[in-house]
Amino acid sequence: MLRYLFRRILSLGLSLLVASALIFSVVELVPGDPASFMLGTGAQPETVAALREQMGLDQPLPIRYASWLGTILQGDFGTSFTYKTPVAGMILDRIQVSLPLAIMALLLATAIAFPIGLYAASHRGRAGDVAVMGGTQLGIALPNFWFAMLLVLIFAVKLRWFPAGGFPGWSQPLAALKALLLPAIALALPQAAILARVLRSALIETQGQDYIRTARAKGLTERQTLHRHALRNALIPVLTILGMQFSFLLAGAIIIENVFYLPGLGRLIFQAITQRDLIVVQSAVLVLVAAVIAVTFIVDLAYAIIDPRLRKT
Amino acid sequence: MILGAALAGLALLAAALSWFWTPFDVTQMAIADKLQGPTVVHWFGTDHFGRDILSMVMVGARTSIAVALVAVGIGMGIGVPLGLIAASHRGRWLDEVIMRGNDLIFAFPSLVSAILFAAVFGPSALNAIIAIGIFNIPVFARVTRAAALPIWTLDYIRAAEVAGKGTTLISLQHVLPNITNLLIVQGTIQFSLGILAEAGLSYVGLGAQPPTPSWGRMLAEAQTMVTLAPHVAIIPGLCIVLTVLGLNLLGDGLRDMLDPRLKAMR
Repeated sequence: MLRYLFRRILSLGLSLLVASALIFSVVELVPGDPASFMLGTGAQPETVAALREQMGLDQPLPIRYASWLGTILQGDFGTSFTYKTPVAGMILDRIQVSLPLAIMALLLATAIAFPIGLYAASHRGRAGDVAVMGGTQLGIALPNFWFAMLLVLIFAVKLRWFPAGGFPGWSQPLAALKALLLPAIALALPQAAILARVLRSALIETQGQDYIRTARAKGLTERQTLHRHALRNALIPVLTILGMQFSFLLAGAIIIENVFYLPGLGRLIFQAITQRDLIVVQSAVLVLVAAVIAVTFIVDLAYAIIDPRLRKT
Repeated sequence: MILGAALAGLALLAAALSWFWTPFDVTQMAIADKLQGPTVVHWFGTDHFGRDILSMVMVGARTSIAVALVAVGIGMGIGVPLGLIAASHRGRWLDEVIMRGNDLIFAFPSLVSAILFAAVFGPSALNAIIAIGIFNIPVFARVTRAAALPIWTLDYIRAAEVAGKGTTLISLQHVLPNITNLLIVQGTIQFSLGILAEAGLSYVGLGAQPPTPSWGRMLAEAQTMVTLAPHVAIIPGLCIVLTVLGLNLLGDGLRDMLDPRLKAMR
C-alpha cells in the first residue's frame, strides 16, 4: 500500500508540474500586452516599457515561469492587473461560492440518482425501469443553462419563491443557501441522470456474479441482496463518475454562474479573460486544474480502500 | 432507436434544407412584428427584432451540427491513430507517453479551457470547433486503445505477424475494421456532447458570431425577455434537447444492434 501511495503521489506532483507549465504558456499566447492594456491607448512607449519591466514582462519565458511557480508555492498568487488586489484573496472569495455550489449540486445529484438507479435496477426490463431510464435520457440531453432559465422563469419570476440571481454573501446564511439552490438544481439534474444510469448498469453487472447467487441461495430477499451485496460492489464505477462530476461541477458551473450572476470561480475566469487580467486567469485556472487532479488522486485512493485488488497495479 | 434516428434525422433535414430555403430571411428584421407568439405565418413566433424563429432555428441547426460534426472529425482523425499506435506499442514507453498526455488533457476542465482557447484566438465558430475537437481527441484515443488491446491477443493477428506484416499494416488492416462499430457509437455520443458544448460556448458569446444564428446565442438573447415572451427561450432549448436526445437514443440503439451481448444483459 505504501509503494502504491508513493507512486500515486509522484504522478500527482508530475501532473501538477506539467499542467502548470501548460497553463502558463497558453496564457502567454493571449494577444495583447497587459502593460499597454492597463495604461490605455494614449500611453507613452517609455511608460509602457517601464511598466513591463516593473511587471517582469521583459524577462524570458522560462525565467518568468520559474519565478511564477516559486511565488505560487509560497501561497502568493500575485496582484490582479485590473483590481490591484491580491489574486489569492480574490480566488478565496470566489471559492466560497463555487465550492458550496458544487457540493450542493453533487449531494442533490446523488440524492436523486441513488433511489432512481436502485429502483430501475430492481425493476429491470419492466415498465417502471423503461419509464425512469427514458427520463434519464431526457435529463442527459438537457443543457443545464437552459434548464436554469426555465427554473428562473417558474420559481423566481412566476412563483417568486427564490431570487432570480445574485449572491448575498455568507453573512446571511439562509439567504445565501436560497440563492444557491436553483443553480444547484440546474447543475444537479443532468448529472443525476448520468449517475443513475451508471449505477443501474453497475448494479445489473453485479447481478450475474457468484456471490449474488450465493446471497440469494442463502435466502435473502431480492431487496436485501441488492442493498447488502450488489450496491457495495457497484460503487467503484459510481465513484469514478462522482469524482469526474465533482471536478466538472467545480469548473463547469461557469455558464450557470453567468445565468444567475453568481460571483464564483468560473465567472472570475470569464471576466478576467475579457479584461486581459492574465495573472488572475493563470491562477484561477491553475487552482481549478489542481483541484481536478487532486480529486482524481483522492478517487484513486478511495478505490484502493474499497477494492484491495487495485493496490497491486 | 427509431425515435432517435427520427429526431436526429429531423435536425439534419432542417439543417440541410436551410441551405436552400428558410421560411424567412434570418437577417431580415421586422420590428413591428417583434416577439409574436406562434402564428400561421410565423410557426414558432418571432424574436425581439421580429426575425422568424423557425428560420433561425433551422440555420442554427446547421451551425450546431457543422460545429459538432467537424469537432468529432478532429477527435477521430487524431485520437484514433493515437489509440492505434498506443495499442500496438502496448506497455512500452510510447504507449505510456500517449496515454499520460491524454490524462493531462482530461484533467483540464473542458469548458474553461474552451473559453480560454476562444479568448486567446478570438471567438468564432471555427475556434469553437477546434476547442471542442481537442477535447474529443483523448476520448477517442482511450476508446480506440481499450478496444484494440484485446484484438492484439487474437490468433489472426499472430497469423498476420507470421506472414510478415508490420504493426502499422496490422493496425490498419486487422485492428481498425474490428473496432469500427465501437467508434461509430462513440462518435454519436461525442456528436451529441459537441452540440451541447457548442450551445454552451455560443451562449456565453464565444461561438458563431452574429448575424449567424446559433441555438446557444438565441438562448442568450432570449434570457432578458424570457418573462415577456417565453417561447423565444423555449423553442431553441427544445431543439437542443430533442437533437441531443435523438443522437443519444441513436447511439444506444446502434450499440445494442452492433453488440447483441449487451442487449441480452439489459
